[in-house]
Parts: sequence; C-alpha cells; structure tokens
Amino acid sequence: MKKLSPIDAMVRSHRLRWWEALPWLAAVAGYFLYPDHLALGNQIFVAVLFALSLDLILGYAGIVTLGHAAFFGVGAYTAGILAVHGWHEPMTALVVAGAIAGVVGLISGLIILRTHGLTLLMLTLAIVFMLEELANKASWLTGGADGLQGMSVAPVFGAFRFDMFGRTAYWYSLGVLFVGWVFMRILVHSPFGRSLTGIRENVVRMHAIGTPVRKRLVTAYAISAVIAGVAGGVLAQTTQFVGLNVVSFERSGAILIMLIFGGVGRLYGAFLGAPIYMIAEDELAKSDPVYWFFWLGLLLVLVVMFARGGVLGVGEQALRYLRRKRS
Amino acid sequence: MDQVLSSIVSILFHGTAYAMILYIVSVGLSVTMGLMGFANLAHGVFAMAGGYVTVTLMNGYGVPFALALLIACIVVAAVSAVLERMLYSRLYSAGELEQVLFTIGLIFMATAAAKFVWGPLPQRMTVPAIFRTELTFGTVTFPAYRGFILIAGFVLVALLWLAIERTNFGARIRAAVDNRRMAQSLGINTGLLFTMTFALGSALAALGGGLGAEILAINPGYAFEHLVYFLIVVAVGGLGSIRGPFFAALLLGISDFACKYLIPEFGAFFIYVATFAVLLWRPQGLFGRA
Repeated sequence: MKKLSPIDAMVRSHRLRWWEALPWLAAVAGYFLYPDHLALGNQIFVAVLFALSLDLILGYAGIVTLGHAAFFGVGAYTAGILAVHGWHEPMTALVVAGAIAGVVGLISGLIILRTHGLTLLMLTLAIVFMLEELANKASWLTGGADGLQGMSVAPVFGAFRFDMFGRTAYWYSLGVLFVGWVFMRILVHSPFGRSLTGIRENVVRMHAIGTPVRKRLVTAYAISAVIAGVAGGVLAQTTQFVGLNVVSFERSGAILIMLIFGGVGRLYGAFLGAPIYMIAEDELAKSDPVYWFFWLGLLLVLVVMFARGGVLGVGEQALRYLRRKRS
Repeated sequence: MDQVLSSIVSILFHGTAYAMILYIVSVGLSVTMGLMGFANLAHGVFAMAGGYVTVTLMNGYGVPFALALLIACIVVAAVSAVLERMLYSRLYSAGELEQVLFTIGLIFMATAAAKFVWGPLPQRMTVPAIFRTELTFGTVTFPAYRGFILIAGFVLVALLWLAIERTNFGARIRAAVDNRRMAQSLGINTGLLFTMTFALGSALAALGGGLGAEILAINPGYAFEHLVYFLIVVAVGGLGSIRGPFFAALLLGISDFACKYLIPEFGAFFIYVATFAVLLWRPQGLFGRA
C-alpha cells in the first residue's frame, strides 16, 4: 500500500469507504432477524441520531455539555404537542420540532458559550434542569409528571400507518437517521466542519488566522440542537408518548456515555456506542438497575484511564500496531 | 406589617443556615478548581459520604454528635487523599472531557454503593437533645439546630479565612493558585500541596454533609441532586476564590429559600434565570478574575 501524506489523507477523508455501508446493512438485516425487537431498534436509531448531534459539538467543536437532552426534550415536546393539537402530519411536524429546538439552541448558545470550563458545564446542566422544571410545572401544555398523552400521528406519506408492531416506526426512524447522517457527513468534511476541528485543537491559532470562533461555535451548537430536536421528535412520534424523562439530566448523561464508549469525533462512535449501550441496558438494567449503574460507573472510569477514544479509538490503535508489526 | 417582617426574618434565618451548608460543602470544590483546574463533579460524593458516616455512627452506635462529625471528616479526608494520589492526579493534565467522565463514573459507583448499603430511602438524622428546642424572637420561632448551624457556619468561615490569610499553609495555597510554576520554582511541593488541599476540601464537604443532613437529606441521589447548586456556588463566586463562594452561597441560599417560600410554583426556575443573568454580566463570576 502506498503511504499517504497527511494532506492527501485529509483531502481524501470525505470519500466513501466500503465499511460505511455496514451500519445500514445491519439495520436492514435486524428488521428481518429480530422481528420481535423492532421497538428496541427504533429506540436505538433515535439514540444514534441524538449521539450524532452530540458528536458535532463534543467531538468536533470540543464543547463539553451535560445538558444536550434539553434540545432533545424541546423537539419531543414540540412534536408531541403538535400531534395533540391537530397537526398530525409527521414529517412537517419534525421540521417544526427541529426548528424550535434550533432556536432554543441558538439563544442558549449565545449566552452560555461566553463562558468555558466548569462554568459552561454548570450552565448546560442548568438549562436542562430549567426546562425539566418548566415541563413539569406547565402541565396544562405538557401533561406534567403524567406525561403527554393523546397524540395522534397521521400515516407517513399518507400511506404507512404507525402500527403496534413498530414496523413503520422502524423504517421511519431509520430513514430520518440516514438523512441526518448524510447531512452530518457532509457538514464535518466541509470547511465549516474543519474549522470546528481547528477550534478544538488550537483556539488561539484559529483566532489568529481570522476565524470568527464564537460565531462558529454558536452555529455548531444551534445545528446540533436542531438534530437533537429532530431525534426527540422522532421518539415522540414513534412512541406516541412524551414523558418528563426526555428532558432529564439522566438522558444527557446516558447519551454522553454512549458516545464516549463508541468514540468521539469520529462520526461512527454513535453507531457503535448507542446500540451497545441500549442492548446492554435492555438485557442487564431490567434485572437490577443498582448494579447496572455501578458497572457503568466502573466502565467509565476504566475507559478514561485506559481506553480513551472508546471502542473505535482502541480499534484504531490496534490496527496501527498490527500494521507497524507487518512492515 | 408584623407578618411581613416575620416572614422576612424567617427567610433570612433559614436561607442563611442553608447557605452555610452550601458554602461549607462547595468551598473545597472552588479551591480544587482554582488550584488544579480539575472539574471534580464528584465533590458531592464526599459530602454524601460524610453524611452517611455521621448518621450511621449516631443512629447505629450511639456515638455523640461532635465525635461522629470528627470521625466522618477524618475518614473522608483519608479516603479522598488515597483517591487523589491513585486516580485524580493522573488526570490533571488530561482534557476537561476526561475529568468530567471520570468524576461522573465515580458518582455512579458511589450512588450504587450507597443504595446497596443503606437502601434507597433518605437517612433520618436525630438532632442532639440540646438542639431539640425552639428559639423564640418576638412572634417568630426557629428550630435551635438551625441556629447552631448558623453559628457553627460563621465560626468555620472565620477560621477558614484566618487559615488561608494568616498561615504559611494558606499562603502556599494562594501562591499556587496565582501561579503554579512560580510557586514550584520557589520550592513549594505542589504535588503534596494538592493532595493536602484536596483532602481538606473533602473533609469540609464531609462536615457540610454531616452538619446539613437535616437540611439536605442524605440519600443515594445526593451527589447528583445537589450538583448543580454546588456548581452554581462555585461558578458565580468565581473559581479558585475562597470568599467569592461565600457571598454566592448567601445569595443562592437566601434567594432560593425566598423563591420557594413566596412563589413555590416557579421557585427553582427563577434561581436558574438569576444564575444566567449574573454570568451573562460577569462570565468569570462575581469575585473571579477575568
């Protein structure tokens, strides 16, 4: 194999590779292999899309946030409230959900991205707690602690009803995830995406070459909020229920952990981490949630100590090691 | 008129007692952040541990209150010093994300362990007999224990400030916060200083957890539930400052109590809005340096 120079590697990085088809093949195969677990499949696709949105700001732009569920929740409640109050068409409702989450992301981004470090962390937490409180107290609109009930979602394209087996939900969320992935893939390889990586790696230099750093970060934050909102909207439409847990700190933490286990800043960490986490949770957490959190915590500590970069990071290191050995 | 006055007095009293607990728990976090730049989200775990040790010693073994608090502080300080040497110190040079994930992992483990040992219910603290009376000022009555917290809090703050401003150890901490490299060049053993400060901060958190078990109930979710308040105190006060968090805690404690007392519907909501407003005005915190 010819050795690529760093420039060549960068120029070619946007080209499609064969293994990028794997997640999609697995998703299609999953439909036929596990017809009883379509609801779990749907949840996994939503989680992958949500983790992708987090990867944009965490992995590429380097903004550490504990409050990303805020935008997921805004999207979910928007889609839910629309469906309750007569807007039954799902695709357009999803657009509205993304747009409103984006506006919330833009406004909060303008405020919180003036700070950094621990203060920024606290503010991201504060946003998610604030919205949770708001959703809890505004029960005339959101259903409060009982959750939002009575959603009715029209068939997709006017033809595919959301059935009780979750078949339509499976393909619907997979379709939205695919669109979201294509968008993210184009975005991170664009000059905009490159500038985010630059900001993460060296803020001072990016300032020096004239990049409008704060504007870029706020834009990325808002785009990420849009995608998270769409993911929330999909969850609301496919499960036809919105509970307070969509905008909880637990959800923010869980999505962060999924992304970390998969690997941040690689676009595919979401595709690995989310299914592993969701399937493990489905298998283990139901029998004993106390132990689940203990092992989850231990695993987090171990990943930070020994396996930074998650599954993908460790895989990359192993590949590099094998190649070096061969040459 | 009388009623308005007594409400104000009552809010100030309870709010200040609450603020004392918040400050005692959070001040260690502020110093850790300023000294090592470490985002220790698991700081509340030490407060929770202090609370559990105190309550268990008192209820289970009949240990007197003061002794139980002292033992809790020593145990937590020792454990935290070991953790600092073995784990935390490896992550001082790591990124913020690693520190956050590591400390969240610690919280998960501590929460699960607490639930395993003590069960999911909050631990009831039996207030010592001398504080089980009520103090009456005109028309208002207060539980004596809260009064004790108030006085103990002020005494502790005074001692802490004296220690930081007047002792050699305090001068070393201030020097290392201001400029770590310079402090190192002058022969200050910053590694040892970090460990000692970390243990001291954890001991204070344990003290706050034990003293305040009657205000902030000791339950397995403690570290997560109050995390955002501890962080607000530190961020609004200004990272690395000793004095800043005190005023931030007073502001937060009193206004939180006032909001929950006067507008229970949207109490917590206003606190967050106020926090945003303060940090929009001064992103580095009230007493932080730009």
